[in-house]
Amino acid sequence: MTTMHRLRRLSAATTPLILIAALALLVVAVMVLGDRATQRMATEALIRVALVAGFWIFAGNSGVISFGHAAFACVGAYTSAWLTLRPAMKGLLLPGLPEWLAQAHWPVLPAAVAGGLAASVLALLTGAAILRLSGIAASIATFAFLAMVNAIWSNWTTVTGGTSSVVGLTRYVTPWVALGWAGAAILVAALYAQSASGLALRASREDEVAAAASGIDRYRHRLLAYALSAFFCGAGGALAGHAIGVINPDAFYLSLTFLMLAMLVVGGIGSLSGAVVGVLAVTLAGEVLLRLEGGVSVAGVSFALPPGSQEILIAAAMILVLVFRPDGLLAGREITLSARRVAGRERKQT
Amino acid sequence: MTLQLLFDALSLGGIYAIAALGIALIFGVMKLVNFAHGQFIACAVFALIVPSADAIATLGIGALPAPLLIPVVLALGAGLAVAAEALVFRPLRHASPVSLMVASFALGVLLQNLLLVTYGGRPKALSLWAGLGAPVPVLNAQVPLLQLIVIGAVAVILVALALMLKRSRLGLEMRAAAEDFGMARLLGVRANRVIAGAFALSGALAAVVALVLVAQTGVADVRMGGAIMLIAFIATVVGGMGSLTGAVAAGLMLGAVSAALQAFLPPEARPFRDAFLYALVILVLLIRPQGLFAPAGAKPRV
Repeated sequence: MTTMHRLRRLSAATTPLILIAALALLVVAVMVLGDRATQRMATEALIRVALVAGFWIFAGNSGVISFGHAAFACVGAYTSAWLTLRPAMKGLLLPGLPEWLAQAHWPVLPAAVAGGLAASVLALLTGAAILRLSGIAASIATFAFLAMVNAIWSNWTTVTGGTSSVVGLTRYVTPWVALGWAGAAILVAALYAQSASGLALRASREDEVAAAASGIDRYRHRLLAYALSAFFCGAGGALAGHAIGVINPDAFYLSLTFLMLAMLVVGGIGSLSGAVVGVLAVTLAGEVLLRLEGGVSVAGVSFALPPGSQEILIAAAMILVLVFRPDGLLAGREITLSARRVAGRERKQT
Repeated sequence: MTLQLLFDALSLGGIYAIAALGIALIFGVMKLVNFAHGQFIACAVFALIVPSADAIATLGIGALPAPLLIPVVLALGAGLAVAAEALVFRPLRHASPVSLMVASFALGVLLQNLLLVTYGGRPKALSLWAGLGAPVPVLNAQVPLLQLIVIGAVAVILVALALMLKRSRLGLEMRAAAEDFGMARLLGVRANRVIAGAFALSGALAAVVALVLVAQTGVADVRMGGAIMLIAFIATVVGGMGSLTGAVAAGLMLGAVSAALQAFLPPEARPFRDAFLYALVILVLLIRPQGLFAPAGAKPRV
């Protein structure tokens, strides 16, 4: 006998599977039909899915907007670069690295994981202070954290290369690699949302006082979600670096923060599906606008948007979404198979 | 040396306090953390010059004599803020503080890119009141005239604002709205008037910061409002969100700490001054999460 509760949980479990399957279909289509530029765009979109799904683990469940997740991507990207660059090159570019790090020459996958872990450790350390604050104050503190990381990375020239770029990263990120990480991020995000901790965190988001009265330690769950979410942002940052082969601190500063926030808001912060849909919608819109900035000709008349209009229009769209559809495109719903479909399958199996 | 440090601390802290007030005023009446404030500052800076992508800026409004220039720029800042309120934040009046914050962040990005499109991305050299850099002997220290003017102006602004908040009708309404907006409305405070008033004041304060920044640095840069906005945010959090005196006190304090760090840190650590400052702030918040001067009503009572 399947209870309603069990049905709902099964139905919710289909969300990550549907999302991953849709993304996989996209990759297959792009690999078969698309040219190089389209493939690069798909890779970029999938890396953003990993970043934003990671971001959602914290922001979506806790209801606290973090401006600091781009900093985790920064830490992840540099950690991976430190571990994978050829030692001779590091001696030249980054003479200040400690000996063991300067000699390290890791394979790419462990380096990406290490990037994520480094971000997680940083999240645990800073989150211990930041997450004690109330919602809005915590958001401001994460903004200070972002500026702090950027200030350190831009000035610590012997270790980070300062504002000049670190070049020569292995460009191993194909759409398939990016899909793997995006899928992992989606899966973990869905598992966390379904876990006891995720439920507790959402309860404290809805009503802080009632949750506290039910024995929920908000700070502990926030910290767990923060560290988990930093892991995928760190790994996503590592991927972003290895996708274009060049990193510099300003690539992981305000514009990335803005982009991640815009994606989350446009799709709807209330659901994981919203986060993924938001990434796809904003990436697609951004790509179209970028082509328009490059100039197109319609019916013999060529015109081009001035450079920079991409950000202007995305920002305007974000404000419009906030005014007219405050819960985002998906309005907090998840994409699932309906309970009846799940129940039908269940009956067939038993 | 110490006297010089005192003047540095006062002028820096004064600017931080003015910026923090601009944030705190708006937060007080509508619980909006205005992430566009830095761009209000940048817009006021660029209002001084003629739109073009050249590296050397031609002064437009900025060429006016000071007694005319200052009110015009303040009015422009106030106008921009009021327009932002009417177009973006009024439709969002009933949204959650989080949505408001995100909307203001988007507005900031929008304004920044508008500036980038009209003026180009490179910082521009711009000389406004170049004579103010001349040092003036005060007791046994040499203090730039500009610093003295800044300190004086900040003092005048703070006193005037305090008088306005204590004595005028709009000030009374603003304080009432900051205390309990719903109750204030029930007692006949007009929401639109108070909120527009707060935005106008905040925009004018942003213009003050802009004028000082330009006079100090001689540069117009699209990104120049961002750093000071961040300090202002931190001042409002450290001061206790919603407390105007707290914001001013914390702004002055941050200026003092910042000047002290600049003076006493070893030279190789100086580029990291701001990182030290932020770390210090996070430490302070660990000890007092509600801020140093939190109003009694800041913590929701159950």
